[in-house]
Amino acid sequence: MIRLESIGKVYTLGDNEFAALTDVDLHIARNEFVALTGASGSGKSTMMNILGCLDSPTTGSYSLDGEAVAGLSEDQLAGVRNRKIGFIFQNFYLMPRFTALDNVAQPLIYRGLSPSVRRERAREALARVGLADRTHHKPNELSGGQRQRVAIARALVGHPELLLADEPTGNLDSRTAREIMALLTHLHSEGVTLIIVTHDPGIASHCHRVVRLHDGRIAEDFQQQPAPIEPPAATVAAHSPAERPA
Amino acid sequence: MSASADSANRFQSSWYAMQECLRSALSSIRAHGLRSSLTMLGIVIGVASVICVIALVQGLSQSISNQLQGLGGSTLTLRSHTPLEDQLRGKRNRLKLKDLEELRFRIDGISNITPLVFAGQGMGSQIRYGANTASGQMFGTTSNYQDVQKIFPKTGRFLTESDDASRRRVVVVGEQMRKDLKLPEDPAGEFVQIGNEWFKVVGVLEPRGEMFGMSQDNYLLMPFRTALAVNGVVLEPDLWITFSVNDLEALESTKLRVAMLMRQLHQIGPKQPDDFVVEASDMIAKTFKQISTTITLVVAGIVGISLLVGGVGIMNIMLVSVTERTREIGIAKALGARRQYVLMQFLIEAMVLAIIGGLIGIAIGFGLGYGIAQSIPDFPPPSVPWWAVTGACAFSGLIGVIFGILPASKAANLAPIDALRYE
Repeated sequence: MIRLESIGKVYTLGDNEFAALTDVDLHIARNEFVALTGASGSGKSTMMNILGCLDSPTTGSYSLDGEAVAGLSEDQLAGVRNRKIGFIFQNFYLMPRFTALDNVAQPLIYRGLSPSVRRERAREALARVGLADRTHHKPNELSGGQRQRVAIARALVGHPELLLADEPTGNLDSRTAREIMALLTHLHSEGVTLIIVTHDPGIASHCHRVVRLHDGRIAEDFQQQPAPIEPPAATVAAHSPAERPA
Repeated sequence: MSASADSANRFQSSWYAMQECLRSALSSIRAHGLRSSLTMLGIVIGVASVICVIALVQGLSQSISNQLQGLGGSTLTLRSHTPLEDQLRGKRNRLKLKDLEELRFRIDGISNITPLVFAGQGMGSQIRYGANTASGQMFGTTSNYQDVQKIFPKTGRFLTESDDASRRRVVVVGEQMRKDLKLPEDPAGEFVQIGNEWFKVVGVLEPRGEMFGMSQDNYLLMPFRTALAVNGVVLEPDLWITFSVNDLEALESTKLRVAMLMRQLHQIGPKQPDDFVVEASDMIAKTFKQISTTITLVVAGIVGISLLVGGVGIMNIMLVSVTERTREIGIAKALGARRQYVLMQFLIEAMVLAIIGGLIGIAIGFGLGYGIAQSIPDFPPPSVPWWAVTGACAFSGLIGVIFGILPASKAANLAPIDALRYE
């Protein structure tokens, strides 16, 4: 589904050129669960921006779900992000003035859907992450874990091809982090394609495939048996309505 | 679950987007209450002063034109006209008694021919009653005057045909003149002295009120022939002649016939301009209305410059707001907002700010206008025409759009990754 071919990204700072990515080839199939790891400065943020269509590569080609996105204009990329990608950020990036429901519905505004349809789908998405009873709370009335769930619901609401999570547990305590990982694992089991960008080997160990970047190149790319998530996840499993149809 | 299921039609989607922009604009204005109200302040003050000025000028001019409209629509006024250049050369065109006679005999379909002449050239304008003196305007006219001008006696009687025929020395006085001379409430039978002549007061006229704080009742009327007689041969008098056209349909043609007669009588050559004016009496009202509208617009325009200052205020705060909300813009863009959407969102916000400011300004301007009108004695009540209200609203909206463009395009052109990374 994701096909990166000889991707390169060069930043120009004054007279200095700095290659953040060099000659990266990467294929990711539907319903894969990939950890994108590497030390800071390894190019994983650049990689994530390119995968998320937030930035364009300097060289190479990128096809997402059969659509060549490397040469698209900014507005076309906005459309691709809206339809095909769900973002989950380390700092949640929720709108503080909006309720959970409005936050989740936000991507659908840009799709031109009517308010009633938006609310309906946002409610479904919130139920999917176990927050059906928090629809009218604002972000500052929610705990960190709940905020990240709202953000995940927002990523899910448009039924994207790809969920792209940037350090999704970086701002959470270990217990909440496990809850979020359990939720993501659960979503994967429902058929979602997931890429988690992280420097934390603990998080990466829960993924099925690990891609490690080093100095702008892929240093390692291997499949693994994901480590099971520790017991507190059980409480989450009760939260996340597994019986709900996806 | 493909996106194609979601594709609504274009018009509907942009309508939803617009709705959402409006909602988000209102929520952001509400979220920063103090800042929003300070932003609006410039527009509020600008619009308030414009509306206040318009209210006062329009109120004034409306009260004046109401007074002018007392004159009937079928009434024509004939008076002499001297172009300014000729006036400067000391030339003065006149309407003469002969013109009045000819008009009377040679134009049919007209009635109530009422001459009006300034009296007092031969006597001076001092009027005396006992030890009291007053000065004011003195006119000679006939009994028709009351029908043409719609001014009737309050006490006593008006001038009659026989007063005129026998050149009686009688006068009717205006209310203000009665007060100035300290005449009794019903002064009929009292005598006043004008120059060396004695006149009997027969009535007091209804008050006409004030214009620009000046009494319009400081005048007296005497019979036309009496005025001619006391003026003597000092100067050939210049007449105003008003007359009614019997058939309103024939108003224009009568006007033309009168003009032709006057040109003939005054021996005006084919290419020379008229030395007189024939005008419908509502022309004065019309002309006045035009002038007052021009004045209103000019004054409002000058005051309106302050609105630009308000616009600059909006631009400043919006620029600050864009910087402050960089992260928010980044999130919106990451979630798929197009540049056009972000642009529209900030434009609408600027416009909403400006329009709310405008509405508040209109309310304050109204209040201010009424307050000022109340505090000046005898000032007519202010009036705010609908075009001023809609105009003020539209103009503030326009200001919002114009001064919102810069901040909005700054927001729209932010690159999503930079905006997301912004701390």
